[in-house]
Amino acid sequence: MKQKGKSYRMPRWLRMLWRSKTGLLGFVIVSIAVACALFAPWLAPYDPNAINPLNMLKPPAFMAGGDPAFLLGTDNLGHDILSRLIYGARVSMIIGVLSVILAGVIGTAFGLLAGYYGGILDSVIMRVTDAFHSIPRMLLAMVAVTLMRAGIGTLVLVIGITGWITYARLIRSEVLVLKEREFVKAAVTIGTPDYKIICYHILPNVFSSFIVVSTLAVATSIIAETSLSFLGLGIQPPDISWGGMLSAGRNYLATNWWVATMPGITLTMTVLGIMFLGNWLRDFMDPHNQGLE
Amino acid sequence: MGKYLIKRILQMIPVMIIITMIIFVLLNVAGDPTVNLLPLDATEAEREELRTAMGLNRPLPIQYLDFLGNAVKGDFGNSYRFNEPALDLALARMPMSVQLAGAALLFAVAMAIPLGILSAQFANSPFDLVISGISVLGRAMPSFWVGIMLILLFAVNFRMFPVSGSGTASHLVLPALTLSIQNAAQIIPLIRSNMLSIMHEDYIRTARSKGLREWSIICIHAFKNALVPVVTIIALEIPGLIGGALITETVFAWPGLGQFLIQAIGNRDMSVVQVCIFLIALITLVANLIADIVYCLIDPRIRYE
Repeated sequence: MKQKGKSYRMPRWLRMLWRSKTGLLGFVIVSIAVACALFAPWLAPYDPNAINPLNMLKPPAFMAGGDPAFLLGTDNLGHDILSRLIYGARVSMIIGVLSVILAGVIGTAFGLLAGYYGGILDSVIMRVTDAFHSIPRMLLAMVAVTLMRAGIGTLVLVIGITGWITYARLIRSEVLVLKEREFVKAAVTIGTPDYKIICYHILPNVFSSFIVVSTLAVATSIIAETSLSFLGLGIQPPDISWGGMLSAGRNYLATNWWVATMPGITLTMTVLGIMFLGNWLRDFMDPHNQGLE
Repeated sequence: MGKYLIKRILQMIPVMIIITMIIFVLLNVAGDPTVNLLPLDATEAEREELRTAMGLNRPLPIQYLDFLGNAVKGDFGNSYRFNEPALDLALARMPMSVQLAGAALLFAVAMAIPLGILSAQFANSPFDLVISGISVLGRAMPSFWVGIMLILLFAVNFRMFPVSGSGTASHLVLPALTLSIQNAAQIIPLIRSNMLSIMHEDYIRTARSKGLREWSIICIHAFKNALVPVVTIIALEIPGLIGGALITETVFAWPGLGQFLIQAIGNRDMSVVQVCIFLIALITLVANLIADIVYCLIDPRIRYE
């Protein structure tokens, strides 16, 4: 039998994304950033570390004196800025995503323990989050990075470990609510072991807030990484970070503004894109919006 | 209230102890302090000698208790770079940081309150859209980038303010503006949404039916109540302004606690780093406490158990 009249319908998330202007913009920006990170060697027009003394401090192509071969201009060493931005996306994305995974795992574990078991364990974990909360995260990260060897691994570790309290507090408060729900109480009554209750009844229900918070946390982590690199404590050459590019461009602000401005715009756009996507995800995952089409 | 206050203050004690543990672990376990104190070509024997002299060979818990005992007395050791007590050095930098934080807070509130009220009043108008766009942008831009853009615009292009340094009031403008933009970006949407929900309350309808003018309703009746959560947010932002000004102070060469701390980190002057972290954490805890108290005092509906 032939099915007729059934035209193709986009999946629900795509339809909702299409309807949300900021969500769509965020999705496009994040997709571009991820594509740059994944395919940097193929997308970048030049070797990002190739020093080219003949083309030092060339303005972007759209300005007078710009060379169409260097779309966003070149820096003081003749590096092609566009190529460096594309490679910089790689560092930012890797550190952003991995550090958030680390923070999420640590924070969720502690949040589950505190919320589910309560009592002294809860008090201790909450006081520890209070303590971490009262030390600015950047400060902690700066000291830790100085004491360890600078590099991508260290940055992931440091930014991840200093980011766990958001998760611990969020997951704890969600678990406290879930614990009082009938399906969890029923599971306790029939003698389901704790680990099964946590894995099958609690974790799936905190998943949506976990994803929303994680998306926004990637933006915070990227800002932390670029800030550290800007101060010279993060990514070291020859690795490329937007923060490092900005820092190098500072000396040329008066004469060659694009050297510092291009990485700044890229960074702001990326963070903005992630925030838009995160806000859209929050609306999308909100069960009150499930019926909205 | 009294009981709650005592409970809150007692709760601060374990938190302070955990903070000292974090500082201790960070500085003594994550790195070997002798590495930074001795020249690179020092022999292992020399290193060992210094460790014994500094008491680094004792068990960690004992070292920690020693550190804690001294910290309680306000003794964090001498800065090895300046050879003066680290606490005194850090406290000497505080006034500059407080000055910057105060100016930033003033700017933030002066920007956020009128903009927040106006965008609530003209909700969903082009003005509102522009303001919410700017506040989203303000939250997405890292402080060092905001600082650089302000330098490019107002110091390099218009030559209105100095690029960096301190001394005159005009030196204060750009760093304070940098710090305040992010704060204002957080306060504006808050005031907007508070105002929007308050304008539907019964007492506003009563004020309207009395025939009061719209602006006096907004300024007298609605605004006072919209301010309650804002006061809390402002109290919570203060530690961020003092401790979080690390990067802004560096960008503008502002000689406050943040710049001092970053220099100390660069020099590996660990007793200074310790004391700065400790001070910033203490300010944060006290500010949080004050936020709770103020919240309770200005809103009679809230009563803590």
